[in-house]
Amino acid sequence: MKRLMNQKPSKLTALYLGLLPFVLIAILYLFASDARLAENPNDKLLPSLSSFVSAIDRMAFTPSARTGEILFIEDTRSSLERLGLGIFISAVLALLMAIPLGLIPYVRSGLSPFVAAFSMVPPMAVLPILFIVFGMGEMAKVALIVIGVTPLLVRDLQQRVLEIPEEQLIKAQTLGASSWTIVVRIILPQIMPRLLDGVRLTLGTAWIFLISAEAIAATDGLGYRIFLVRRYLSMDVILPYVVWITLFAFLFDYLLKKVTYKMYPWYAVNGGSK
Amino acid sequence: MSLVTIKKLWKSYGDNVVLENINLEIKEGEFCTLVGPSGCGKTTFLKMLLGQESPSRGTFLLEGKAFPSEPGVERGIVFQRYSVFPHLSVLENVMLGIELEESKFFGRLFGKQRTRAKERAMDMLEAVGMADAAEKYPSALSGGMQQRLSIAQSLVKNPKILLLDEPFGALDPGIRADMHELILSLWRKNNLTIVMVTHDLHESFYLGTRLLVFDKVHTDARFPNAYGAQITYDIPVGKTQKALLEEIEQSIHEEIQ
Repeated sequence: MKRLMNQKPSKLTALYLGLLPFVLIAILYLFASDARLAENPNDKLLPSLSSFVSAIDRMAFTPSARTGEILFIEDTRSSLERLGLGIFISAVLALLMAIPLGLIPYVRSGLSPFVAAFSMVPPMAVLPILFIVFGMGEMAKVALIVIGVTPLLVRDLQQRVLEIPEEQLIKAQTLGASSWTIVVRIILPQIMPRLLDGVRLTLGTAWIFLISAEAIAATDGLGYRIFLVRRYLSMDVILPYVVWITLFAFLFDYLLKKVTYKMYPWYAVNGGSK
Repeated sequence: MSLVTIKKLWKSYGDNVVLENINLEIKEGEFCTLVGPSGCGKTTFLKMLLGQESPSRGTFLLEGKAFPSEPGVERGIVFQRYSVFPHLSVLENVMLGIELEESKFFGRLFGKQRTRAKERAMDMLEAVGMADAAEKYPSALSGGMQQRLSIAQSLVKNPKILLLDEPFGALDPGIRADMHELILSLWRKNNLTIVMVTHDLHESFYLGTRLLVFDKVHTDARFPNAYGAQITYDIPVGKTQKALLEEIEQSIHEEIQ
């Protein structure tokens, strides 16, 4: 008998083992829900499967009586728009700041302390300021994501720029590169897949800010909805929304990874990302 | 006129004297190898030739003019590691030097110019025996192949002086012998001037025309940094005897122990 640490499951076993916790939690839920509903048919905390089905049908397949829109799709669309815009602006800003910060000593001396200090500001604490400045519109929510995510991306990316071996930069100079051509031919192409990696890792943070901003001031969006129905203890709506958000988070992560490896084949073999 | 003229050159960092009173002339077409115990300043010296460091005192001229104080096209470099670009294929790595020269803003060529650059790069790859690997990424190459690529990359610029910083130190003995043949034949064919730092004395006796040994002449146990290294041997290779080789080897080894 081999040591436990040396025993490896086959592919099929690994698949079953991976599914097991999901199945267990589903079964556990069903039992618990049944038990509670048997005691009190009006219990709201652990709704039955049929209430989920009717809630999903109400939110996702029946137009709202008030606006004629399908709430679930509207919520998803507004949230994804905010998230996408926020992430995109953050990524562009990060790229524009991190490369000069990493490469040009004068920029580093001038801006590094500021970036370090700025990234310490808790974004949620400035949310009221954003609402005052940008009003309750889309701007404030996108701005919160930008303020929350950009410093993380800048610092990560600056580190990646500094990690490019000095040998490469010197070699490029002996090949006749200027500071600018080093940026466009050496730094930028090597930093792009790392930026996508950074975006992937900060997506979770971006979701936090999005949902917080929507919870506080919005008229639609996934975060708005779950905080709205909380008042009626509508677990039958909240839980599907949470699952839906998780699904998106997972999907983005997966797609970004695929795109990175597809676009930058050299990156994967160089011990790219986690 | 010599290519490199060095007179009474000193290099120190604060109180730490690294090199003292270096005098040296390197003529065009010479193949100099630099050896010495570790920490004797041979890499610092190479960095000065490269423009990464500047001397503290003394005359330091390239073709009679002051050395440019940053790396540039007149000097090529091959480091022990990391000197090829992982995001470019082998061919693109060699093309880069041509592209940077002909396209000052984009650093990238298109159309006919690109085709011409490609042909030049392919010729260079042919010369170092890497034409088959043109489409590969560096990560798919062995250490020896990466060094070949790095040499080809530099040679495409026809540098006045090619600097090699322990280029074969990380390679297997068999591969190293191949690389020796390659660099010797490139040197002869293209009439290169080469300065190579190595820690392998036998390599330096086998390669090149001239051996320079860097070592500390004075030492003071209480102030180990008070004296820097000088050139203790400057001998034409090929005319030396075995006894001298042993003598040098011993002097370098004593230093280490």
